[in-house]
Amino acid sequence: MEAFLHQLVSGLAAGGIYASLALALVMIYQSTHHINFAQGEMAMFSTYLAWTLLQAGLPYWVAFAATLGISCAAGMLIERVLIRPVEKAPVLTVVITFIALLVIFNSVAGWVFTHTVKVFPSPFGAGLLPRNPFMSPHEFGSIVVTLAVLVLLYAFFRFTPLGLAMRAAALNPVSARLSGIRVGRMLALGWGLAAAIGAVAGMMVAPVVYLDPNMMAGILLYAFAAALLGGIDNPLGAVVGGFVVGVVENLMGAYVIGTELKLTVALVLILGVLLFKPAGLFGRAVVTRV
Amino acid sequence: MIRILALAVAALATALPAHAQKKYGPGVSDAEIRIGQTMPYSGPASAYGVIGKSQKAFFDMINEQGGINGRKINFISLDDGYNPARTVEQTRRLVEQENVLLLFQSLGTPTNSAIHKYVNAKKVPHVLIATGASKWADPKNYPWTMGFNPSYQVEARIYAQHILRNSPNGKVAVLYQNDDFGKDYLAGLKSGLGPKASMIVREVSYEVTDPTVDSQVVDLRGSGADVLLTFATPKFAAQAIRKVGDLGWKPAHYLTVVSASVGAVLAPAGLDKSTGLITALYLVDPTDPEGSRLPGMKAWSEWMQKYNKGADPNDQFHVNAYAAAWLLTEILKACGDDLTRENVMKQAASLKDVQIPVVIPGIRVNTTASDFATFGEMQLGRFDGKRWVPFGELLSGR
Amino acid sequence: MPLLPKIAPAPLEPTLGRAAMVVLLLAVLCVLPFVLSDYRTFQLTQAVIYAVVLLGLNILTGYNGQISLGHGAFFAIGAYTAAILMDRWGVPYWATLPAAGAVCFCFGFAFGLPALRLQGHYLALATFALAVATPQILKYRKLEDFTGGVQGIVIMKPDAPAGLPLSQDQWLYLFTLAVAALLFLAAWNLLRGRVGRALVALRDHPLAAESMGINGSLYKTTAFGVSALYTGVGGALGAIAVQFVAPDSFLPFLSISFLVGITVGGLATVSGALWGALFIVYLPNWADEISKSAPWAIYGAILLVLVYLMPGGVAWMLPRAWALVLRRIRSRGGAGPGA
Repeated sequence: MEAFLHQLVSGLAAGGIYASLALALVMIYQSTHHINFAQGEMAMFSTYLAWTLLQAGLPYWVAFAATLGISCAAGMLIERVLIRPVEKAPVLTVVITFIALLVIFNSVAGWVFTHTVKVFPSPFGAGLLPRNPFMSPHEFGSIVVTLAVLVLLYAFFRFTPLGLAMRAAALNPVSARLSGIRVGRMLALGWGLAAAIGAVAGMMVAPVVYLDPNMMAGILLYAFAAALLGGIDNPLGAVVGGFVVGVVENLMGAYVIGTELKLTVALVLILGVLLFKPAGLFGRAVVTRV
Repeated sequence: MIRILALAVAALATALPAHAQKKYGPGVSDAEIRIGQTMPYSGPASAYGVIGKSQKAFFDMINEQGGINGRKINFISLDDGYNPARTVEQTRRLVEQENVLLLFQSLGTPTNSAIHKYVNAKKVPHVLIATGASKWADPKNYPWTMGFNPSYQVEARIYAQHILRNSPNGKVAVLYQNDDFGKDYLAGLKSGLGPKASMIVREVSYEVTDPTVDSQVVDLRGSGADVLLTFATPKFAAQAIRKVGDLGWKPAHYLTVVSASVGAVLAPAGLDKSTGLITALYLVDPTDPEGSRLPGMKAWSEWMQKYNKGADPNDQFHVNAYAAAWLLTEILKACGDDLTRENVMKQAASLKDVQIPVVIPGIRVNTTASDFATFGEMQLGRFDGKRWVPFGELLSGR
Repeated sequence: MPLLPKIAPAPLEPTLGRAAMVVLLLAVLCVLPFVLSDYRTFQLTQAVIYAVVLLGLNILTGYNGQISLGHGAFFAIGAYTAAILMDRWGVPYWATLPAAGAVCFCFGFAFGLPALRLQGHYLALATFALAVATPQILKYRKLEDFTGGVQGIVIMKPDAPAGLPLSQDQWLYLFTLAVAALLFLAAWNLLRGRVGRALVALRDHPLAAESMGINGSLYKTTAFGVSALYTGVGGALGAIAVQFVAPDSFLPFLSISFLVGITVGGLATVSGALWGALFIVYLPNWADEISKSAPWAIYGAILLVLVYLMPGGVAWMLPRAWALVLRRIRSRGGAGPGA
């Protein structure tokens, strides 16, 4: 029983990691209706930026805030320069653009920061959680951070005029434009926010899995599964999906299929959701009029 | 009478100075020796690419000091991305186009497996390859291939010996990476335990694509074992050590030497959580204050500062790289002016009690024509919170 | 920013000029192995193999608009089929090709069925998941007896038959070239006719196409199957050329490089497969000189450039560049002094 409890909690901890990246994916989808294949690599690159700032001597939370700011700006820039031109292009072109970004971020990170594995510090000291065998202070802290980001996002979209404008721009760009909303600016902002959320995800993940250019490679697929499971346009769904994926993956690995086929679990999950309930658990089913 | 005369003539002939007969294999001239290598500079194993970079730095130093017997080393190291298909392509390029004399420290087990038959068919020395898989020490079938790292099975057998001696009634749990690396260790452990292999109550693997190994460690603890062996590469070893500590589990914990770096693994995992770990050492750890006093390590340190500036001085990979490059240099020196491929293999298979300067004193390299395993002995060490403290005598895993 | 042009399929009607070019190309390709070293011939063999793979992918993605980021999986299945047949059951190498093709067709068709319900991004995601999961499946312990697990399978390279004075590399190259020529011919025939038009119609105007009576489901799943077949045959040839299969040869980046290949070569073209193959075989060697990390960064940069400037790829650009050159020559020759 204790072992089961351990696996469960372990799964929640892993799920927290997937949830934070899934949030960034959902953010981009909500504002642009695109699936950003490069999200993991962007998050990894932001984490390297944070690491550089920390190496330069900045205190943790200052570096954290600075990284968020830089990532947000960079995300907006990418949207303007690289994504905007292909907005109306065939989907294949868009996918190729994302893949190009993925590949560029990955190789430039390796080039600039070398491939040596680096240690990334955790801001959550032992005081956060009494010493117990189930969950470390960092795992607890990152789950709290993920939930905090979720709440902030929810509040932003629900209660602020800017959030409302973004939702309008994503839902119906033509009408939104007619109402005076600068749709282009909303798209850029969407990307900026997603990049910032990705940076948070990266900085929460790195202390656990250690920082190297391929850090997100193992996580990206689970994050996709999580986002799809919860509903690709629903932030709450992404977080719930993340925890579900983490727990399921852990339990299946420990008790059912062994640890050797975990990625296949993710594959089956993705296929299953896409085929049987494409809207996910919490998403809205979209009906296309012919 | 004629026999004595013949013997005398033969003795005279062999006593003639070597430089009167220059014999060159491919890639050798009076001015240079071409050496080839495939390394994963990109892709999933790119963290190991620093080994190739360091070796380039070592050969730069040798060249600046005049080269080997007056010949400069032309070190051609190509990226294979840890993709065996690409290794085949790059190796063929090195052998057939770049015309190298030999292949040195090509890294990886599946990658070297892909070219194993090819290099032996083409009779190219495939020496000191950077993998500890046991299949490389097979001079009967593959006389051109020789490994460098102590074989994983040798190391695991040493752990088995210690377990049989110190925890004869223990329950053993194993965490291993699900590939050649981990599986070879597991096989060595089982062979070392022999009839008592049933002591292993749980063996759990992980994939390099797994974000964490926490779930596996929890599983292993649940088996009730009091002996744990972690056959993991650095990133995952650090995670495992950390989780074991967090769980409050205190087994007799053995760690593979590949992940024994204090700077790269134990410090991130937590020095307090790493106390008590046991490993089998052969290289001197650069963070060890006692080891740093050895003349060999002093030379290493100078080399790092002068030729390998960007590199992390706490990273054991650089000691590893230096050791292998040093050994190759000795082999080439021993060839003198007979730099044919056959002679390279002959010299490589005639190493007797060679003490590499950055290897723990007492652990010597010995190879013969029938035994290609470079290192047969290792020194057990226990981590005391600051450094690896050697204990006991050298154990042999041959 | 202007709308990007829709990528129209390249014209495939047989003209005398085109036929002449194909014959010339074949002639040159046949002569090359006798002029080049064994290593270069080996590289060229790889290029021909990738050309077959890219043709397969182009049928699915370029012509039919079904984005696949997972073709590495079919390449792997083809390679392993060949390796297992050769190693475990001693099947001769040439017989493994139809087997690999058949097996991959089945897998491709099977994947094509659920793929019917997936569009654009979602299909890309599903195929990406397939690519990521494939190496792990290949390493799976329970299948180890078949697949050789993480150690892989070593196979022998075939000798030239009946004592022909050819080296192994030369023979394998010519054999691969012959197979490729056949497959290209078949594809060209398929794509320039009714089937090709149906595929493109389904890509660009799926609803209109269906209302015109084109059986979308059948065409799309069959396209998936055929595409997998081509890729699988390429995989089998690849296994024979390299003489080794292991899970590490089939990582997700392989699937991505296939996509790069058809984009560079030219989507919805047949000749694009050749250009793309040359690109992915020779660029890494050239980029290596610049920096070890460079190849993928260059891939990414070239992809972006192509997407904005030259979405049709090399195959699209070449005839236009040639026409430009011709026009310059003609105008210079017609009017103006100092020609």
